[in-house]
Amino acid sequence: MGRIFKYVMLDILKNKFVIAYMVMMSLVAWSAFTLEDNSAKGMLTLLNLILLTVPLVSVLFSAIYIYNSSEFIELLVSHPIKRSKIWLSLYWGLCGSLATAFIIGAGIPLLLFAEFTISLLMLVVGILITVIFVSLALLSTIIYRDKAKGIGLTILIWIYFALLFDGILLFLMFQFADYPIEKPMVLMTALSPLDLSRILLLLQLDSTAIMGYTGAIFRNFFGNTVGMSISFTLLILWSTIPFLVSLKKFKKKDL
Amino acid sequence: MKWFFIVLLLFKGLSASGKVFHVGAQHPYKTIKSALAVSNGGDTVYIHKGLYKEGNIIVQKAITIIGIDRPILDGDKKYEVLSIKSSYVTIKGLRVQHSGYASLDDPGGIKVYEATKVTIIDNELFDNFFGIYIQFSTNCLIKNNSIIAFGKEEQTIGNGVHCWKSDSLQIIGNNINGCRDGVYFEFVNNSVIWRNIVTDNIRYGLHFMNSNNDSYFTNIFSRNGAGVAVMFSKKITMMNNTFNENWGDAAYGLLFKEISDCHLSGNHFNKNTAAIFMDGSNRTIVENNVFSNNGWGLKIQANCMDNIIQKNNFIKNTFDVSTNGTLLLNIFSQNYWDKYSGYDLNKDKIGDVPYRPLSLYSVIVESNPTAMILFRSFFVSLLDQSEKKIPSLTPENFIDNKPLMSALRL
Repeated sequence: MGRIFKYVMLDILKNKFVIAYMVMMSLVAWSAFTLEDNSAKGMLTLLNLILLTVPLVSVLFSAIYIYNSSEFIELLVSHPIKRSKIWLSLYWGLCGSLATAFIIGAGIPLLLFAEFTISLLMLVVGILITVIFVSLALLSTIIYRDKAKGIGLTILIWIYFALLFDGILLFLMFQFADYPIEKPMVLMTALSPLDLSRILLLLQLDSTAIMGYTGAIFRNFFGNTVGMSISFTLLILWSTIPFLVSLKKFKKKDL
Repeated sequence: MKWFFIVLLLFKGLSASGKVFHVGAQHPYKTIKSALAVSNGGDTVYIHKGLYKEGNIIVQKAITIIGIDRPILDGDKKYEVLSIKSSYVTIKGLRVQHSGYASLDDPGGIKVYEATKVTIIDNELFDNFFGIYIQFSTNCLIKNNSIIAFGKEEQTIGNGVHCWKSDSLQIIGNNINGCRDGVYFEFVNNSVIWRNIVTDNIRYGLHFMNSNNDSYFTNIFSRNGAGVAVMFSKKITMMNNTFNENWGDAAYGLLFKEISDCHLSGNHFNKNTAAIFMDGSNRTIVENNVFSNNGWGLKIQANCMDNIIQKNNFIKNTFDVSTNGTLLLNIFSQNYWDKYSGYDLNKDKIGDVPYRPLSLYSVIVESNPTAMILFRSFFVSLLDQSEKKIPSLTPENFIDNKPLMSALRL
């Protein structure tokens, strides 16, 4: 496993696209912190980056990489290596390289310009989002053998979490406006890793006061250690469950 | 001959100032009460350094009380410390501390009963129930005092400067910290509040109830429950004040409730949850103010009428304005909005495209507060952008027809 992981990791890190991703991240992050007059604004720019660009790049790049290395996977399968080892090393290779790109690109300016605890939280959330969307990409490549369909599905996944889910939430809020729905809404956000991460980070960015009653409920839940650990557990579940499903399918798949 | 008269007048002035009494451990009078008992109107009582625990001290003659090296008058948490029941009294240079607590007769550090021209200058009021309490009085001057209390909740602490049914008061240059309301006005007319620094009070920095024709200038209100609340009042002038960091779930920089004909000009609002909350306020002019880094710049309820909001800077607020209805009977004109993205072809520094300061998301949040959980999501910014291009849900007349291209110098 170690050798395949190392090979995949180095192969991706040498990829021009990942280098471009890293450079773009660092450009945006550095300019966000140096152009804005206070670091809070820079944090918000970075928040948008983490919530939009990171998932899109992770999910698309991983799917394309898996499809492009299908021959390589077939070659590996013909060798006496456990299938789970192959799939795990691909997963860790993708996660490791994309997370490295994210840490180098966004992490350095974050740690330099922003408050340490918040920037650490932001980094952890960014890495978790990377891992979550890599595992979702692996799942969709397993579901569809066809490249076009698989990549289509990954784009749909991204649109769903970045956009549609919030639309559905808003719709539900208006449908159930007469009821006390704040607490159910806390549960609803657990269904989207991006919403969960956004609220987790916003609560640290000193904008809870304007979120009023809802903000207070969220702060009560997410602000303490129990809530924090619950939400991190949820994020970790989001990153492992799709991967485990894909692993189970990969073991039995007729390549 | 002229000089002779001047010297004569001076001499007369001196002789009219009355007798002088000294109170202190090394002085003829050991207690303040004994000195007050023998003094007459026009006399001066000097209190020297020391701790005086004499219960309730009542001043019933027009005398001047001056502290030397800041003597301490202590109410032992039982008594009202100084009660002034005569006009023309001056209190200067004392430290008044630990007044009693009672919810029926409201003991204060210094309380003025039905008097005129009382002057309270340069005192320290420390840990009292009410700091300075003025009732049924006119033409009093409260200047350069420092009022510090340690209130935990609204019921157990009084106000810093409490004024009730009074007229023509001047409250100048005081530091007020940790009280319920910093300054409280109820039925107080024709008064002025100037250059005070009011911070960390539990409820409001400055609170007007049923008070008319008052003004406050150049004060600083920081980190209070709400900076200033103006309620059920008319013709209040508010100029050049600073409202800072009134930040919390129900915090406002400035709260208007059922007021009319007020004028708000040249104020700075920075880092408040909501800079101004206007509820039932009419014919008020809001001009030349700076709103920066607030959650909401201006929350204007639909029951406000004929207000004019002009020539203000709205910079880096999360929401510039919000309202709870579809009807708008107020005028927005010539403001600078940092979110404005129009152009100016004829270079008259006024944008050619009208600006709609009300974002769709602020309307949604107003009608459904739970929607706040979508704050800063991609979906919401997409909604706002599309609404800006094709307004369909936000009130049609909520519009600034002459938005400025660059910020005003304020």
